[in-house]
Amino acid sequence: MRLPDKTAAMDEAIAGIKDGDTVMVGGFGVPGTPMTLIHALVDHGARDLTLVKNDANEPGMGIDHLLQSGQVARLITTHLGLNNHAIELMNAGALTVEFNAQGILAERIRAGGAGLGAVLSDIGIDTELAAGKQVVEMGGKTWLVEPALRADAALIHADRGDPFGNLAYVATAQNFNPLMAMAAARVIAEAETVLPLGQLGANQVHTPGVFVDHVVALGDLSEEYAVVRR
Amino acid sequence: MARAAREITPGMVVNLGIGLPTRVVDHLSADFPVCLHTENGLTGIGPAKGQDSADRNLIDAGGAYVSTVPGSACFDSATSFAIVRSGRLDLTMLGAFEVSATGDLANWKIPGKFSPGAGGGIELAQKARRVVVVTTHCDRAGNPKLKQACALPLTARGCVARIFTDMAVIDVTGEGFALLETAEGISVTEVAEATGAPLALPDSPVPTF
Repeated sequence: MRLPDKTAAMDEAIAGIKDGDTVMVGGFGVPGTPMTLIHALVDHGARDLTLVKNDANEPGMGIDHLLQSGQVARLITTHLGLNNHAIELMNAGALTVEFNAQGILAERIRAGGAGLGAVLSDIGIDTELAAGKQVVEMGGKTWLVEPALRADAALIHADRGDPFGNLAYVATAQNFNPLMAMAAARVIAEAETVLPLGQLGANQVHTPGVFVDHVVALGDLSEEYAVVRR
Repeated sequence: MARAAREITPGMVVNLGIGLPTRVVDHLSADFPVCLHTENGLTGIGPAKGQDSADRNLIDAGGAYVSTVPGSACFDSATSFAIVRSGRLDLTMLGAFEVSATGDLANWKIPGKFSPGAGGGIELAQKARRVVVVTTHCDRAGNPKLKQACALPLTARGCVARIFTDMAVIDVTGEGFALLETAEGISVTEVAEATGAPLALPDSPVPTF
């Protein structure tokens, strides 16, 4: 027996994304943001997208390219503080933004990836963040219902991968990537290195390849992945 | 900052919020036994790194390049906030726009002016075992940040235990604000005038820091 090969060309992997899709994008700041797949999605041109991403990167970086190209209608996120351009779009009404508490966004995605319907949480329960949320009593406490999140596609950045789609991350480039890699109908991963089957040790795998549909090998990394000079 | 750093005791797991609190770490000695946590998935934060020696994959939640120490661990965002929500975080130091006399914290939104989202701040404020605020005593216009009640949208209710400012150290007690210490050269009267709610004074002379 041999595990199936899911290596794909960038444009083939992205081609299935349609207008109106929800797309999860890994990363927290630069680390773990799939810069190359984001450029491929800009080239592909799908519009009216809902993006799910922790932050909006910085002007001229990462998902800001998708904001600049006008492909994003809605952003589900936790913090836009480093991207004034995203804040301007939001304030001008050109971008609908749904803010989540960071760990709750993570849990909603994890629940979506784990085949669950929702999680119960008391985060923000007596603040304006609770507005409009369903409330339930459980175990003598009051909880907010935080619905699971799933997407049509997820764009993932990994340090290493293999042809079956097993993935490993490094340092703080892990963040939302392993969660989003479980929570979409079509999971597309870019890996800095795609090793031959068996070379990424079974005990080194963070995301099992069963969750991953397409693996794209990155060549030389662009400047966008480098240390940011501020 | 040096005074706020003394709030950290040996063995603690600590999260330092974005802004002023991050600078508290500069006042801890290299062999001080503490585990620093950052929301984007790291325990065991080491000293900050300059651009030339930085690891492109190793930042803190504010985007600053950091290092690891022997024993550091990296993990995903769900694990990171499991640490926060389940009570493993002994202390967090956060910035503030306003703190109320009952310990309510507002630090994420100024309607119409500033609303970049709270990131992980709500969970830190609501779930860390001890929340202290590190802030200037007044805002840029000179208005008190310590008030009877917050006017801005809240991050969390009743969460703040202690406030470190450029003028004073103040506890939030069941009866409201209580002055513990003043900065050198600042009088008790000056602190009281810069505080937007009653300030209880100790029976003994107020120490300075």
